[in-house]
Amino acid sequence: MPSSSNAAAARHADANWTPDQPIVAIRNVHKSFGDFEVLRGITFDVMKGDVICIIGASGSGKSTLLRCINALVPIDSGSIKVEGQEVHQPNLNTLALRKKVGMVFQQFNLFPHKTALQNIMMAPVQVLKQDKDAVRERARRLLAKVRLEGKEDAYPGELSGGQQQRVAIARSLAMNPDVMLFDEVTSALDPETVNEVLLTIRELAEEGMTCMLVTHEMGFAREVADHMYFTDRGIIVEHGPPQEFFANPKDERTKAFLGQIL
Amino acid sequence: MAKRHDVYGTTDLPVLLPAAERLNRQAAAERVLGAPKLRLRAWHGLALAAVIVLWTSFVWAQADGAGNEQQESVISAIWRWLPVLLGGFVFNIAISFLSMGIGTVAGTLLGIMQISQVWPVRGSSWLVTQFFRNAPWLVLLFFCMFLLPFEFTVFGVTIPFPDWIKAVIGLALPVMANVSEIVRGAIQSIPSGQWEAAHSLAFSRWQILSQIILPQCVKRMLPPWMNLYAILTMATVLASVVGVGEVMTLTQRVLAAENRPEFLVPFYGFVMLLFFAYCYPIARTTQKLELRYAVKQ
Ligand SMILES: Nc1ncnc2c1ncn2[C@@H]1O[C@H](COP(=O)(O)OP(=O)(O)OP(=O)(O)O)[C@@H](O)[C@H]1O
Ligand SMILES: [Mg+2]
Repeated sequence: MPSSSNAAAARHADANWTPDQPIVAIRNVHKSFGDFEVLRGITFDVMKGDVICIIGASGSGKSTLLRCINALVPIDSGSIKVEGQEVHQPNLNTLALRKKVGMVFQQFNLFPHKTALQNIMMAPVQVLKQDKDAVRERARRLLAKVRLEGKEDAYPGELSGGQQQRVAIARSLAMNPDVMLFDEVTSALDPETVNEVLLTIRELAEEGMTCMLVTHEMGFAREVADHMYFTDRGIIVEHGPPQEFFANPKDERTKAFLGQIL
Repeated sequence: MAKRHDVYGTTDLPVLLPAAERLNRQAAAERVLGAPKLRLRAWHGLALAAVIVLWTSFVWAQADGAGNEQQESVISAIWRWLPVLLGGFVFNIAISFLSMGIGTVAGTLLGIMQISQVWPVRGSSWLVTQFFRNAPWLVLLFFCMFLLPFEFTVFGVTIPFPDWIKAVIGLALPVMANVSEIVRGAIQSIPSGQWEAAHSLAFSRWQILSQIILPQCVKRMLPPWMNLYAILTMATVLASVVGVGEVMTLTQRVLAAENRPEFLVPFYGFVMLLFFAYCYPIARTTQKLELRYAVKQ
């Protein structure tokens, strides 16, 4: 079908990109806030379907890195490509980029004046101009997928933290992203509700969604991650497959950090 | 730890602490509000009524003592002039509605311009806001009276521009500036996470403002906006200074016609009572809303 391949080509800002190339390619990224250099040369690739986990001390720039990927924060130098689209350029097509990249935050950030269903429907209807009935149908399916059927008409204030976070995940998924960014999505939750959110993320990962997670849940990271990254003061100090990474970390800073946390 | 008291910074006398705290909180509230806060209490109205009653009976006793039975009592004089006074008061309310409407629309636009990413827009709207917010209302009223023409000619059609319309515009200016601050403050009080989440969903800046931020602001803006309205309503009497036939002007004319100096206090007291009866419910509702939202957050 030529029309669908045209659509696929239009979806990727760079028509040369093919799925066997990194879906996210980060090259020597630098970022400063004022005098303070938060990212000091980050380089790595994420392949389609990969689940990568980033861990590191507070203030080491993990959130900043994720925010750079969907252009919430502009970078100073280096390059970030998402499906071949360069993020660091003056006339960036943010709409095209943000359609491809979904993001979930520590504080959920649901829109408090909209119901769960409306939260999920808003962006596809208003940004992508999709048909409202079709979107509503999809939103209901997404709510069911995150195990919240029956909560369509609940306002965020009426939901528990774990439920709100799952609505936030569904809201991101409604845009049909190719990459999902999770920034410490369980850090603001009560211990009892952490697992329900982790379960949702695990299912996503098993379905083949490309996921980049910043997390302090080491057990979870060890189970779902294809690759672990450890950041310290704006650089990646060590990375590797989780078994190796957790069993015998090489760098002293990784050892110290894991020693503290495990 | 004695150090902790330094946080309040205003006194180190423990006896005064509660008052200092209260004043601090008041000042903080007024900063958030963007306008002085109206504090109408029930006893204000009761005191007014008491003054009128006392004065009336005093006048009565004097009249009795002088044996001038043919002189009319204050109460019946107020009653006789009631339609005129109420008519004037309704005019005040009409002026307040119009000024509030114009000021709210213009102020909302100005407030949104204050958070523009284009610095000339942001700077100029800030300047306009600060100018009209800190200018005395009466001065603005005079400016409008003398600077605006008494008629407009557009495409050959001459539109008259009576004094009361100039007064409406003169009062709308400070309202606009105060609404601008209320809107700016409310927008900036919305957590930045709302912007981030909306940006990550590919909403444009304008969509975020109109669909996500401003709808959340309405609740927060309602109490200060109502407070501003009550203040505006009381300020409509300023229009009498520039000769608009509202309740104060009419009261002056009535008193001149009656030529009874002892009527002065009860008549003006009555006018104040009218304003109190109108503004007090608004002030109460504002307080209740404030409390309700404060508890919810
Ligand atoms: N918008 C900003 N302006 C100024 N400084 C910032 C800004 N955002 C982040 N920073 C600073 O950059 C540093 C790194 O922040 P970042 O949030 O990326 O760290 P993190 O690794 O996510 O830490 P945490 O585990 O606490 O979330 C911090 O010192 C933070 O204060
Ligand atoms: Mg962080």
